[in-house]
Amino acid sequence: MSLNKEQIKYLAVLSRMDIKEDEIQDVVEKLSSIVEFVDQLQAVTTDGTEPMAHPLAQGQRLRIDEITEYNERDKIQLNAKNINKGMYLVPKVID
Amino acid sequence: MNSNWEIVIGLEIHAQLATSSKIFSGASTAFGEEPNTQACLVDLGYPGTLPVLNQQAIEMAIRFGLAIDAEISPRSVFARKNYFYPDLPKGYQISQLDLPIVVGGNMNILDGNGNEKIIGITRAHLEEDAGKSVHEGLDGLSGIDLNRAGTPLLEIVSEPEMSSAKEAVAYMRKIHSIVRYLEISDGNMQEGSFRCDANVSIKRFDQKELGIRTELKNLNSFKFIEKAINHEVMRQIEIIEDGGTVTQETRLYDADLDETRPMRSKEEANDYRYFPDPDLLPVIIEEDYINEIKASLPELPSVKKERFIDSYNLKSTDAEVLTASKQLADFYEAVEKIANTESQITANWVIGDYTAALNRDDLEIKDAKLSADDLAGLLNKIADQTISGKIAKEVFESMWRGDGSAEEIIEKKGLVQITDDNEIENIVNQVMEKNPSQVKDYLGGKGQLLGYFVGQVMKETKGKANPKKVNDILKKKLK
Amino acid sequence: MPAQNIQNMTLCALKQGMSEKEFTSLEVIETLLTRISEHGGSLNAFITVTAEQAITEAKNADKLMAVGKNKPLLGLPLAHKDLFCTDGILTSCASKMLHNFIPPYDASVVKNLKASGAIMLGKTNMDEFAMGSSNETSYYGSVKNPWNLELSPGGSSGGSASAVAACLVPAATGTDTGGSIRQPAALTGITGIKPTYGRVSRFGMIAFASSLDQGGVFARSVEDAALLLGEMAGFDENDSTSVDVPVPDYLGSINQSIKGLKIGLVRQYFDAGLDDNNAKAVREALEVLEDQGAEIIEIDLPNIELSVPTYYVVASAECSSNLSRYDGVRFGYRAENYKDLNEFYCKTRGEGFGAEVKRRIMTGTYVLSAGYYDAYYLKAQKVRQLISQDFKNAFSKVDLIAGPTTPSPAFALGAKMDDPIEMYLNDIYTIGANLAGLPGMSIPCGFVNDLPVGLQLVGKHFGEESLLQCGHRYQQKTDWHTRVPERFK
Repeated sequence: MSLNKEQIKYLAVLSRMDIKEDEIQDVVEKLSSIVEFVDQLQAVTTDGTEPMAHPLAQGQRLRIDEITEYNERDKIQLNAKNINKGMYLVPKVID
Repeated sequence: MNSNWEIVIGLEIHAQLATSSKIFSGASTAFGEEPNTQACLVDLGYPGTLPVLNQQAIEMAIRFGLAIDAEISPRSVFARKNYFYPDLPKGYQISQLDLPIVVGGNMNILDGNGNEKIIGITRAHLEEDAGKSVHEGLDGLSGIDLNRAGTPLLEIVSEPEMSSAKEAVAYMRKIHSIVRYLEISDGNMQEGSFRCDANVSIKRFDQKELGIRTELKNLNSFKFIEKAINHEVMRQIEIIEDGGTVTQETRLYDADLDETRPMRSKEEANDYRYFPDPDLLPVIIEEDYINEIKASLPELPSVKKERFIDSYNLKSTDAEVLTASKQLADFYEAVEKIANTESQITANWVIGDYTAALNRDDLEIKDAKLSADDLAGLLNKIADQTISGKIAKEVFESMWRGDGSAEEIIEKKGLVQITDDNEIENIVNQVMEKNPSQVKDYLGGKGQLLGYFVGQVMKETKGKANPKKVNDILKKKLK
Repeated sequence: MPAQNIQNMTLCALKQGMSEKEFTSLEVIETLLTRISEHGGSLNAFITVTAEQAITEAKNADKLMAVGKNKPLLGLPLAHKDLFCTDGILTSCASKMLHNFIPPYDASVVKNLKASGAIMLGKTNMDEFAMGSSNETSYYGSVKNPWNLELSPGGSSGGSASAVAACLVPAATGTDTGGSIRQPAALTGITGIKPTYGRVSRFGMIAFASSLDQGGVFARSVEDAALLLGEMAGFDENDSTSVDVPVPDYLGSINQSIKGLKIGLVRQYFDAGLDDNNAKAVREALEVLEDQGAEIIEIDLPNIELSVPTYYVVASAECSSNLSRYDGVRFGYRAENYKDLNEFYCKTRGEGFGAEVKRRIMTGTYVLSAGYYDAYYLKAQKVRQLISQDFKNAFSKVDLIAGPTTPSPAFALGAKMDDPIEMYLNDIYTIGANLAGLPGMSIPCGFVNDLPVGLQLVGKHFGEESLLQCGHRYQQKTDWHTRVPERFK
């Protein structure tokens, strides 16, 4: 199945990535070829096959409930550009 | 409310679990710390970091499941819910979708008419809480504090089976009581440890299918839930009666204006793209583990209530009130054990004066000066007729302030009850002498004047006379 | 001492040379740093060179050795792929998105190797976020193949492969999500091993596709790979998908005979698409193993051709979510001009990610989105199960599975950039092991058109030992792995 421009724009919105007008055609073509390629999976008979989400068959290991991490804010925030009062700044969030 | 309309409400309650560390990291969950001082690399979604599940969160979820007679999934799966929001550092929330840890279950509540009603619980699943956005004092920007990010949440989803705001509140109170009994959440609504979203729709009574629902967010007090739902129901009725249709949307309740408004950020179509989190494996819960937890469960409110009714002969409504909080129930039982008053009288005191004083001073049971022993001491003075119930109230207030034990206060204030027949008879005689016209009227048929004479006797004795004896003697004398 | 030999020496040889006081760690480190500064530019193999730190550490290592202290890798040089977090050192994932990212912690792999005494010379170039098979998607430019600078070294761990093949460093770490260690190892003529999923901790290894990613090593001999793997592997409580199985003494057991070892040769691998000469090299390699007592058995992996489309659904889905954290708020690239929150996100991510990464994120978003989840993502999970079952069935008959690592030798830079599908098909032989979580290794097995090609061995879960024993035995009988490109001799 090939994708159209509108679908690409919707995917760009969902994944919060600007795709410039002059890039779109290329993205449409390449994504369409990828989707057409993976479409061959549709022909496979998988009735009764359990989906495999993970290569490990074991169960989740559980952590003991104890505090092991302590305040390292100053060190951590060296990677952030915009900080005020210890908070990460973003454009106004509107609920 | 308009009687043409049937109201359909379902609640999604979020209870923060009272673990020490977060659900997927070793950072502390304590409330009220400096911004981002409790957000470790995992909580911040730092590149390369991975989640490791907190055993205590699993155990608490199982406790809850067992308490509501639910099934505990032998295999449950964490999934990622993908969306962008600044308080969600990874761009996805680790939650559960297809295989939640708790499935099914139910909760009894009292409906508007005081009848028992069963509310079905669809599921309860574990997930991580998001951070918080701060909008004030940051030059028009928003600040993100991720201390709360990663705090374990149990999301408890009910069936759409409540038919009034009051029922919704009753259900929420019941869940609140349960999580506190189980000691899996502190239930602190001011701090956001216990909050809920309500799905509200209306339909005509003859209508089969459900109406279009709206989701009310941000309901963080019992009062607001009731007001918000009532407001929303009225809004929906108006829309439909005006020939319109309700829009399916998320609305935010504004307590200041007592109104709901659409949430702008949630307006655009969301496609959460849930899929199993590949950083986590399925949680396998063995039967033995469940049994072990089952054995450690405390007596739950419903069981306790029945026991209170059976053992103490209490009124059902009183048993309900006493057992709503484990602390209050424990307090009652501590008093009951020592007090020689009838169990129901003891209950009246605990539910009445004692609870009122707690509420008035905004105190928790553990913070009040008056202990269960103290209260029992006071009740024993009533039981042995040292003081009357009325005087006891005065003594109670004095004890509440910390003036001393019942005995000391009664002694100091000379409040010992007059029970001697002769002494009372003397006073009755005096009162009759002072009020000849009233005596005449009484004897002439104005029986209601008896109360007047009782009052006069009490006044003379500063309330210390045994009221029953006063009554008896007055009746005898006034013949 | 003969400084010109150091560059060609394996880790094991360097270790011996240092213990016999033929040269010091400092001499080794300085020799290699000089080579990196001479050749690093032409290959573009490194994003960061940590010369100063390496020299300090070498001096310390020498001091320790002088007082008789020892550690398995003490004073030995290596390089890390630039997606292993290194405390205080740029870790870019070869992306503009992380061009300024300084992790405040070490990845478990980095920590383990440090604890064993290894010295890092730098961080190697790679495909952006490990998404690519040619090392052309790097924000820092393409890596060149030391055998021919016009060609790709493969990807995504192309920088590590190129640096090891050109003798800039004897060994390097890599990660393998669909062949990102084995394919570049084959195309540059070196040894590369991707262990069993869960063998090496993923903590601090920046994720591409969590259920497929696995860290591993590049070296110029199987012996070195065994030494290094033994030190980096092991259980890690910070990774829920790390498996608590003891790490065997890979190096100690490497000389074990392969007599009676049953090696499966996959019929489907020799169908269409495989270069004839490449096929010949693989068959000849198997004859060598047969001579050593191995038994070659033809087997089937009936669904193996579905591994590439399955992989592109699963890996894209996981990456679309894994890469959502790059939003410019807490770390990494942040757009300059925006009018609101939404534009802030879209510009940051639109400008910070390269074209291939964006394509994969969008592909992943598509296959998970409402209405397509069942048809693509769920379907791919089921086919993954079928492929995994195929391997399970095969391993009931054989101990190892052998075949080519790639369909053909190294291709020209730019040759496949316009056709993602052709690029993806380069991983046709390697992806199956990732889908099933199995260990896989590529070792050089000959030359086609003067370019190296690889033999791939895939083992059972936690069967690294027999992979290494088999590979080592082969290298005892052949010298392909000792060949060095002319201009880097």
